[in-house]
Amino acid sequence: MNFDPALILASLPDVATGMAITILMWLGGSFMGLALGLAVSIARRWGGRWARLVLDAYVGLMRGTPFLVQLFLLYYGGPYAGLDLEPVQAGLLGLTLYSAAYFAEIFRGGFEAIPRGHVEAAVCVGLTQAQIIRRILLPEMTLLVLPSLINMFTLLVKETAVLSIITVPELTMVITAIGSANFAFAEATFLLAVSYWAIVEITGLIGRFIEGRLGRYRLV
Amino acid sequence: MSEHAAAITLEGVGKSFGDNRVLTGIDLTIRHGEVTCLLGPSGSGKSTLLRCLAFLEEHTEGIIRIAGEPMGFAPAADGGRKRLPDAAIGRVRRNLGMVFQQFNLWPHMTALGNVAEALRLVRRMDRATAEARALAQLEHVGLAHRAGHYPSELSGGQQQRVAIARALAMEPKIVLFDEPTSSLDPELTGEVLSVMRGLAQEGMTMVVVTHEIGFAAQVGEHIVFLDQGRILLEGRAAEVFQAPRHPRLAQFLQTYVDRGASLVLQE
Repeated sequence: MNFDPALILASLPDVATGMAITILMWLGGSFMGLALGLAVSIARRWGGRWARLVLDAYVGLMRGTPFLVQLFLLYYGGPYAGLDLEPVQAGLLGLTLYSAAYFAEIFRGGFEAIPRGHVEAAVCVGLTQAQIIRRILLPEMTLLVLPSLINMFTLLVKETAVLSIITVPELTMVITAIGSANFAFAEATFLLAVSYWAIVEITGLIGRFIEGRLGRYRLV
Repeated sequence: MSEHAAAITLEGVGKSFGDNRVLTGIDLTIRHGEVTCLLGPSGSGKSTLLRCLAFLEEHTEGIIRIAGEPMGFAPAADGGRKRLPDAAIGRVRRNLGMVFQQFNLWPHMTALGNVAEALRLVRRMDRATAEARALAQLEHVGLAHRAGHYPSELSGGQQQRVAIARALAMEPKIVLFDEPTSSLDPELTGEVLSVMRGLAQEGMTMVVVTHEIGFAAQVGEHIVFLDQGRILLEGRAAEVFQAPRHPRLAQFLQTYVDRGASLVLQE
């Protein structure tokens, strides 16, 4: 069997569309997950007992079941609960709910790593709890968790491949389809791996750039 | 002694962490304009006592008054105590500035930002006014030229001086120091102690938990010696240091003399 790059080149426009959808799903789901995860982590910490109970259960459930199963439930089980979603919508929602749980855990760890004295100093000069969260804890926590956030983002790029099973026309679905149509599985799989790798490398570069810029605020 | 002269009074103050009793029956009066040094071996409860004054720890017994007002708990009609609302605690706390062993500067803000933060958020000053005030405060501790630096770019001594400026910017009546030089290299303690000495000369009311016996002997006016959560003795610096009547204090001071500390007393 020959390895034929021409097959790949011929289908580049389709691959580009798939890539665009992958990036869209990835960034859309990740950033919504980031926002939801932050809200969850704040509500878990300061929202009282009931909020903590419910959100602990949510985080436990999302982290304790495979993403694949969650997507199936959302896309194929959703209609039974009156939730009839297009593949892209289900994919975005699934990715958001899934990543939010992990982001919430990362933020929780970040909040816990802030020295208690930083809060006490703020209390002593008269800052209110809301001011302390906004001005002291959120910025410090962000600096602490930045490497973990970037790591999570790169993991999520690859999780988007799972969206192909609910027929989101993203990279994995497009390329495996090309592979099947031409019986060129090796070429297609190779291209697939390189494509994800490229996205991850670019993410890493951006991440290191941001970390470098924020280096001078490092905890002392 | 008139009520006016008392900056802080403690009546029967005790503190337990669960079954672990840390402070017992503390009665103490701290007067305005005086430097009070809390001394004692590790685990004697002196830091806990200081933190109770700012209500960073809740005392489990007794009443603390700051500038005449009860802190955290007020006497109740039934003879017990009632917890005061957070707003009241915050209001009483405004009399106090706090300086910590670990400095506790906010790492994402410059020295100027650390000092200006509460001026903007609590005093509601606009940025320019707050920063001008903050810069003057940094000048006071000799660090105006470091205003734009982040804590990670400052030495420990400089960080602690910024922390002192941050506390002073809010114009407290009383400044509490919790082992302000204990996490500094010996060559950096001097610059912090000299800022504190200057503050004492300006007449600031200070309560200082310290292991710097030399500082306590030179700058301290009122010495309180704690051991196992109780006040073992208190008195004027001269009498406490020159004639340590209590064997436990004599033994405590001897460990410093053994390490070469000089007990040079004020005139």
